[in-house]
Order: sequence, then structure tokens, then C-alpha cells
Amino acid sequence: MIRAERLRKTHRSPSRSARGAPVVAVEELSFEVGPGEIVGLLGPNGAGKTSTMHMLATLARPTSGRARVAGHDLATRPRAVRRAIGYVAQRGAASSESRVGDELVDYGMLHGLTPVEARARARQLADRYRLSHLWAREAGTLSGGQRRRLDIAMSLVHAPRLVLLDEPTAGLDPASRAALWGHVRELRETTGMTVLLSTHYLDEADALCDRVLVMSRGRLLADGPPTRIKRQIGPDTLVVTAASESELPGLVAVLQAATGSAPQVSGPEVSVRFPGGTSGLADLLAGLREMGLRPESIELRPPTLDEAFLALTAEGATT
Amino acid sequence: MSTARATAVILRRSLRSTVRKPAWLAVGLAQPVLYVALFGPILGAFAGQLGVNPYALLVPGLLVQQAVVGSLFVGFGLLTDMREGVLDAQRVTPASRWALLGGRTLHDILDSAVQGLILVGLGILLGMRADPWGAVVGFALVLLLAAAFCAAGYGLALTLKDQQAFGMLVNSISLPVLLLSGILIPMSVAPGWLRSISSLLPTTHVVAGVRAAFAGDTGSAAVGAGFLWTVGLAIAAFVFGTLAFARASR
Repeated sequence: MIRAERLRKTHRSPSRSARGAPVVAVEELSFEVGPGEIVGLLGPNGAGKTSTMHMLATLARPTSGRARVAGHDLATRPRAVRRAIGYVAQRGAASSESRVGDELVDYGMLHGLTPVEARARARQLADRYRLSHLWAREAGTLSGGQRRRLDIAMSLVHAPRLVLLDEPTAGLDPASRAALWGHVRELRETTGMTVLLSTHYLDEADALCDRVLVMSRGRLLADGPPTRIKRQIGPDTLVVTAASESELPGLVAVLQAATGSAPQVSGPEVSVRFPGGTSGLADLLAGLREMGLRPESIELRPPTLDEAFLALTAEGATT
Repeated sequence: MSTARATAVILRRSLRSTVRKPAWLAVGLAQPVLYVALFGPILGAFAGQLGVNPYALLVPGLLVQQAVVGSLFVGFGLLTDMREGVLDAQRVTPASRWALLGGRTLHDILDSAVQGLILVGLGILLGMRADPWGAVVGFALVLLLAAAFCAAGYGLALTLKDQQAFGMLVNSISLPVLLLSGILIPMSVAPGWLRSISSLLPTTHVVAGVRAAFAGDTGSAAVGAGFLWTVGLAIAAFVFGTLAFARASR
């Protein structure tokens, strides 16, 4: 659905000291998104996520490189791309002054639907996104979650094959975020739509995405399913909770001997990267018994996406 | 989707917003109406010396002011749309770029036309005499000028991308330029050096052309010059606006 080849985007620096020197927003970015996938674009501020989204949505021309979006070349057939995609910008889409129903109908017509078709589609989307009771309300009076649902409904009026969501849950409360995740999942399940979403929230990427693309400073650092990305940064973490404070020195000594690394102590918890995995646990338990230690709990935690992300972006920043 | 249909959708959106908030139309009219009400009597004695009706001086000048300032300020609306993501959302539809700006510009021209008709009606109520055909020509000049300054307003907004900077620039330039163009007092009574400066301003010629047209001198050199300057301004403004819109996509 998306095939990006060495996409590059530079901007003129706005700072006087840089004298208009080009700032690289996206550098040689190549990736693919298959039909029906939900793919997350992860990265810290300034990673190039929005610039990438803008290029794919035809809002900004790539400085170099090429991309095919929904089967159309971005540079030569931008209107065909626009017919095939839906886009939700970080800032939203709805005008504060416009009414919910008017926005949905207008965007349907801008996408080429007749007034009758646009109205029918608008009603259908208003029902699906729980906007029917807000039909005559001005968008400026909606809550953050309601407005985001309107933005998404507006991006779907023409039943696109691909939808690009630029930080769709930024600024939403946890309940609205969870509801929006549900809508994204439902989109894929009911329509088979492909979704590319950028996000700061790693739990969001972990929960929603089949695959994540980790970006930093305009470069792609990793591309794969969240589980593989997590594994990329190293082994699971072993967390042992001491039954009493007196056990802590013994636990630290046993874990250090078993792993060769210095464990971290936080309250009653002692944690260390544990390359032995589940098979190494038996030896560890034997070592603990020998020392007369009976911890309250032992847990082997896989790395979180947050840890993987921080490790990857820290690497990206130093290379 | 055809450009005409997309233009109609954008025009309808903009009109809806005006119809739902007619107070803004009144606010836009307040300044020129106050000028008519307050400056008309002041100009009375002075206009008598020139042998003209004060409102025949004032109303055409205010029509030009309305066309310039009112149209330049449409940039604020565009900046609001940019801030809210509305413009990007529209640019991601297959609607033509011309339609996105054209629909807005048509709305602004209609806005200027309604405000202009109210001003002319007020002037006639207060004693202004206008040649009917000349009024049509003068009105056409004013509407073309409004279209030019809409395009300039959009170009400036897209270039500056900052409401505060946009407001400061428009305010600091438009009023001095318009006063120097003789919108309130004809520059024929100004000292020679000021007349020379004034003659360099395109709006001076437009004001003179609109006044001459309303007076019925439609075949005069003043109307011809006003027309040429307005067309020149319109071409320059449309090129500037289009380039700014294209640059915003880079």
C-alpha cells in the first residue's frame, strides 16, 4: 500500500545564525506498508514523523526519493493519491465554526460525492462514530475526544483504502484514547483498511500496531513487529522481590554471580538483565536455595517497547 | 471533482459562516459607516468649495478602503484555517488548489459587494448623486480591487504564517497608504511634494477612477488609469497568491 524509497526532506532553517542552511527532516527513508496492516511511526519530537506523513499525504514534496501510495506515484499522480487516502493531521481537520453534519457533507462533496451521496455517507459515519446527536453542534464546542472522532470520520467520507493518522490521540484523556484505539481496530476488521499512524505513545504502538517503524533525527532505526523490536535490545529482565530487607545483599550477590552484571535495587525489588531466559531460572533458583534465600516473587519480564525505543533512539542520537 | 463544484462547496461553507454570524458583517461595516456619518458633515464645507457633494467624494473613497482593508484581512481567516488544520484537510482532498482559494475569494468578493451596496445606499440617502452606468463601472473596479487584495491577503498570510505579524503589517501599511491615496480628502488639495508621493501609489489612481466613474465620467482618463492600475494590481496579487500557495506545499 505504501512503498517509500529513499525519501528525503529538507527545510530551510528559520534561524538567522544558520543563514537559511537546509535542515534535514527526513533522511533516506525506505519502508513498505502492506495492505491491511496497522503500522506505527514512532519517534521523539523532531524525528521526522510529521514530515513523513506530510510527504505521503501530498502536503509536502519530497526533496528527493520516491514513493508509491495506494498504487500511485506520489510525484506524478498526487490527485490519484488524494482520492485513495484519508488523512488526519495532528491539528485536526474540522473548522471550529462549522457544524458537525456540514463538515461531513462538505468533505464528502470535496471528494466527489453528489450531495445526496455525501449526506447519506455523512449520516452513516455519524452513526458509526457516535456523532449523530452532535450533528447540529459547532465543532468548536465539542470535547477533545468528540472532535477527534469527527476528524477521523471526515477522513473516511470517501472510503479510502489507506488512512494516515498523525498523532491521533495526542492530548486525549485515557478513556478517549482507548475508545479511539477501538475505532482504529474496528476500521481494519470491518473494512480491511491500511493504517499508518504516528505516535509518541509507545503503549499505543504496542497495543495497536502489527509493525512499528522507529525514527530518530529523520532516519529509520528499526522496522518490525513490536515483539521483535523489543527483543532487539537484549534479554528479558529478571525482577526478584525480597521477602525482607535483610535478604537484599544476598539476592544482589546471587544475581550478579548468575549474570555477570550489577543488579539494580529499587525498594524490595532487585532487577537485572537475564540472558538465561526461562531455562536459566532453574539454576538461579538452586543458587538462591543454597544461600537460604526465599524471595517473595520472581518474575521474568520481556523488555518494554519504551525500553527498546529509548535504547534505539539513544543509539540513533550518537551515530 | 470539477473545479467549479469544489469552488461552490468552499463558497457555500464560507457563506454559511457569514450567514450564521451576521454580527461580523455589521462589525466590518461599522468603520466605513462611521466615516460616512462623521466625516460627511466635516467634508461638507470643504466639498462645497470644490463644487461637489461631500458624499460623492467620501463614498467612492470608502468603497476603495473597504475593498483594500476588508479584503486584506481575509488572510486572518486563512491563518485560522491553517492553525486548525482545515486547510491541510482540504488540500488532501482531490479538489483543485484553485477551487480552495477561489471559493474563499468569491465569498470575500460577495462580502465586499454587499458592504459596498450598503455604503452606496447610505451615500444616496445622504444626498450623493451617482450616474447609474458610472456606478456600475465604479463598482466593478472596486470588486476587481477586492479580488486583488484578497489574493494579496492570502499570499501574505501564507508567507508570514503568523496572525500577529500579519495584523501588524496590514494595519501599519494600509491606513497610511489609503489616506495618502486620498480616500477621505482628494489629493488635489495637498501640497505638491505630497501629491508627487501620492501619484506613485496605485490606489491613488484607483480612488480617482472610482470617483470619476460614480460621477459619470466613464470615458475619462481617470477611469482608464484606475482600470489599468486595478488590473495590474490584480495580476501581481494573483501571481503572488498563487506562488505563496505553491510554496506552502514544498
